Formats: sequence, structure tokens, C-alpha cells
Amino acid sequence: MSKRDPLKMVSLLAIGMVWLVIAGMPFYFMAMTGFKGQFELFSGRSVFAFPEDPSFQNYEEVLTSGSFFTYVRNSLAIVGVSVVLILLFGSMAAYIFARFRFRLNRPLFILIIAGLVIPVHVTLIPVYLFTREIGLYDSLWALLGPYVAFNLPLTIFILTDFMRLIPREIQEAAYIDGSGPIRFFFRMALPLSTPGLATMAVYNSVILWNEFVFAFVLITSPDNRPLPLAIWEYQGQYAMNIPAIMSVLTLSALPLILIYIVGQERVLKGMMAGALK
Amino acid sequence: MNSMASVRETGQVGRWRLLPRLNADTLTIFLFLLPTLVLIGIFVIWPIVNSFQLSFYKWNGIAPTREFIEFDNWSRLLRDDIFVKAFRNNLVVVSLSIAIQMPIGMGLAVLLDQGGRFFLFRLFKTIYFFPMLMSSVAIGILFKYIYDPSFGLINPALEAVGLDSWTRAWLGNTDTSLYAVIAVICWQYTPFYMVLFLAALTSVPEELRDASLIDGAGEGRYYWHIALPLVSGTVRTAIILSLIGSLKYFDLIWVMTEGGPSNSSELMATYMYKKAFPSFEVGYGSTVASALFIIVMGLAVFMLLFTRRFETEV
Repeated sequence: MSKRDPLKMVSLLAIGMVWLVIAGMPFYFMAMTGFKGQFELFSGRSVFAFPEDPSFQNYEEVLTSGSFFTYVRNSLAIVGVSVVLILLFGSMAAYIFARFRFRLNRPLFILIIAGLVIPVHVTLIPVYLFTREIGLYDSLWALLGPYVAFNLPLTIFILTDFMRLIPREIQEAAYIDGSGPIRFFFRMALPLSTPGLATMAVYNSVILWNEFVFAFVLITSPDNRPLPLAIWEYQGQYAMNIPAIMSVLTLSALPLILIYIVGQERVLKGMMAGALK
Repeated sequence: MNSMASVRETGQVGRWRLLPRLNADTLTIFLFLLPTLVLIGIFVIWPIVNSFQLSFYKWNGIAPTREFIEFDNWSRLLRDDIFVKAFRNNLVVVSLSIAIQMPIGMGLAVLLDQGGRFFLFRLFKTIYFFPMLMSSVAIGILFKYIYDPSFGLINPALEAVGLDSWTRAWLGNTDTSLYAVIAVICWQYTPFYMVLFLAALTSVPEELRDASLIDGAGEGRYYWHIALPLVSGTVRTAIILSLIGSLKYFDLIWVMTEGGPSNSSELMATYMYKKAFPSFEVGYGSTVASALFIIVMGLAVFMLLFTRRFETEV
């Protein structure tokens, strides 16, 4: 902005505040209600009011009595392993599509990228039947296949772009020095794609941390639930104890929000990976 | 390496090859693509084919035998009022998503672009993006309570501004449930388009803005006549993303209404789930899934052709 017109500034701020309320109010409601007592909501006080007697009791109960940490651990395990495999397999495929000439290159690439538009629900029934058949039903690891497969297309798409940028000369020099295609991949192509790998690590982690449908269909036992499925089940468990549910929601949202506040630019870049290319 | 070298020398002289000659490169190609192709084959391609197969059977998913019923499921689908309603609801979600998220997203992007590096606006940007970080399940549960007629936020807020007559059970009413859900979808995804548009706006060269302002264009006309046409490619991308994404909604609707009351917020994905899982109609559920696939792919191909034509015209 070249010159600061105070009137304009004030109106911009006013509009900004309006959306701040729209975007922020649900979070305020969620976090604040978590500090309320179970029966405070029934007492007829305004729902916007600050807690009468704020206490950490709900948060404490969720963290200590239930299996909250089991769910967090499940989520961390399945998301961690999935993301590592997505990045490994994705970068391997991207390397081939970016650096090798063969007739099936383009058709295979298009086939994989077409996976971007396929709704997961189309595959739900066969994946469920298949998972039962191979005896993985109701295991955390039943999620691994679908999680990796459905997130490969975008990862390959983005990483192929990165690998195309590696100058030919570097590859030729490496080949002359006697390194073959596989060694070149691990020694040069992979390290040179670090920014792309980081972006896709963020993107896939956020998506999978929040994934629900496959977990919903493939897992039943409480011990094997990842966090989003567990939140859904908490709802039944606490039925009318709204403050307790709100504290669960707050605790489940907190990790990503904290990571985002610390590394905002990286997270934003990662989340936009699909759109910005 | 020796054996490979000899293969290279002996055979493989055909002019037309599907793959390059068998050497270190071929092996690398094969090995490096194998995990991806196997996984996508098993979890994406085969399930789609299998869905179509299952759509010709009557089966509860458990019994050892299933009955081949030809096109019965498909003719049932076309006469199924609930499916037609779900399809129509999907169209409403798609069009309202685009009509609401794009303008608001662009408006907020312009706001933040104007605010520049002023710290309050950077704070705005940070908080505006929060909804994108929450899982749809958590958002669904949260808004279920926000809409709650006794303990929620919406009705007291309406009463506070004197709109008492507007208060209702938003999710429990067949007239409002779909729109109440769409409002939440917009709340969740608008920040995504905001950041996308903001990135595009900041990439417009500074000289263009300066030049237009010197020519007396004013900020408003700068955005409308200069910036907007320059970021039209991004807007198009955003519309395609929103279109494809809107057909995939499940989590949020499932958590908030399960498609109800009486199917008023039913979408194709929730209907498919209901048929296949709680009702054990695997054959019919697969038919709904296959129809969803045909619709999404049809739209995607249409958009691709349409935008390509658009590109050559411009």
C-alpha cells in the first residue's frame, strides 16, 4: 500500500474483524466450553459467557482416564509409516517419469494422475471385502494400503516436477563418474528434491492425520482406532456431556494448530501443494 | 551385469518396443515403478473394476453365493427417488460451494493483499486458515453443537440481533439441513481458496499496480480490470478443485446429519455407504458407487476439454 488512508484502513480492519469472528468463534466456543462444568450449559447462562468456574477437569479426564494417548499413538504410527512409504515410492516413480524415456512413460503417468479425481468412496466396498479376505480387517495396518495408494498420485505429480528440474549435466557427470541410475537417485535426485519432499510430507501428514472414511469402514476395535475415528466414538460415549466432547475436540485439533503456528509458511505451502503445483 | 550386456548384444532389435532394451535402465524403471503400480492397481484400479462387477449382483456381502441379476440394480438406480435426490443435493452442494467460496475467498484475499505486512492482517491470515487444519469429523461434531437449538451458538446469536423468528433446529429440519451443512463446508474450505488467490495476487508484478495507480485507476479498478484477469487461471483451477472436491464430501455430512432428516441432506457418497454397509446391499451399494465414478469422471473429462478449449481461444 503506497499511501495509508486512515478511513480505508479502518474499514478494511472492520471487514477483517467480521471474518475473524466468523472463522474464530467456533474455536472460541470449542476451547472455552471445554473449561465448563457438565451442567453449566443447562443452567440458562449465555453460551457465549466465560466459564463460571473454569477448570481443567474435562481436559484432565480425557487425557488420563480414557485411551486418548492410545489413539494419538495409533494415529502417529499409521500416519508416520504411510508418509514415509508415500515419499519413498512416490519419489521413485517420479524419478522414472521425470528422467527416463520409454513409450509407456506418458500413458502410465496419466493413468496415475487420473487417480487425483477418483472419489475414495468408489473403492470402499471392494477395499473392505478385500481387507476381510486377507485377514487384516480391524487392524491398524489395514489402513496402510489405501492410505499410501490414494496419496501417491499427487505426490508423484509434484515430485515429478521437481525431478525434471535437475540439470542434465549433473546426471551426465554422475554417470561418467560411474554411478548408475539407482545410485544417482539416492545420491543426487533425492537430496536435490528436498523442498518438494518436505512439502509433500506436510501435505500428506495433515490429510492422513484427519482421515476418517477408511478408518470408519476398516476398523472397529477401540484399541486400534486412529484419532478421528476415536473422536467420532467419544461422541457416543459422552452423549450429553458437551464440555467433555469439546475438550476432546480441542485436544485433537491442538497438535496441528501448534505446528501451524510454529511453521506457518511451510504448512501453508504444503496444504496448497495440490493447487499451486 | 554380464548377462544383461549379452542380452543387449544378442536380441532386441525390433523397431517398436513397449519398453526400452533390457539393461540397467529397464531394470530401474521396472523396480522403481513396481510399488506404485502394485498399490494403485490393488487399491484404486481393481476396486473400481470390482465395483462395476458387483453392480450386476444381488449380494449381502456375507453369504457365500451371490445372484447375478444383470441390469436390475442399474434400472433400480434410475428409478430410485432417493438416489435422484442425493444427486440433486450434490449439484446444490457443488454450485453453492463455488458460488459462495470463490467470491468470499477472493474478497478475503484482496483484503489481506491490501493489508500487506501490517501485523494485524498477518494475524488475520493466520487465524483465517485454522478451519483447514481441523479434521472434517471434528468440525462436524463441533457444528452439530453450534447448531443445537438448546445449547448452540446460532440461535442465541439470532435472538441477540432480534431475529427470534429465524431460530430453529437447523439440522433437524428438512428445509434447512442441507444448507446448514453447506454453510459449514464453506466455512471449512473458504480459507483454502483465500490462500490460493492471495498467492496469485501477490505474484502480480508490483510495476503493474504502480502503473495503474499512477494512471488514476484506483485500487478497486486495479483489482477488477488488471489483477483479476491476470489470476483467472488460478480461479479456473480453484473452480475445478471445488467441483471435484464437492462430489467427494462424506465425513462432514455423515457426522452432522447422516444424510437426514428423511434424506434431506443425502449425498451420493452417504447413500452409497448406507446401502453397502448398514443395509448389507453390497450389489446395490456398488451400483451407486459406480454411478458416482461415472459422474465424477464424466465431469472431469468435460472440465478438461472445456478448459483446454478455453485456453486455445484466449
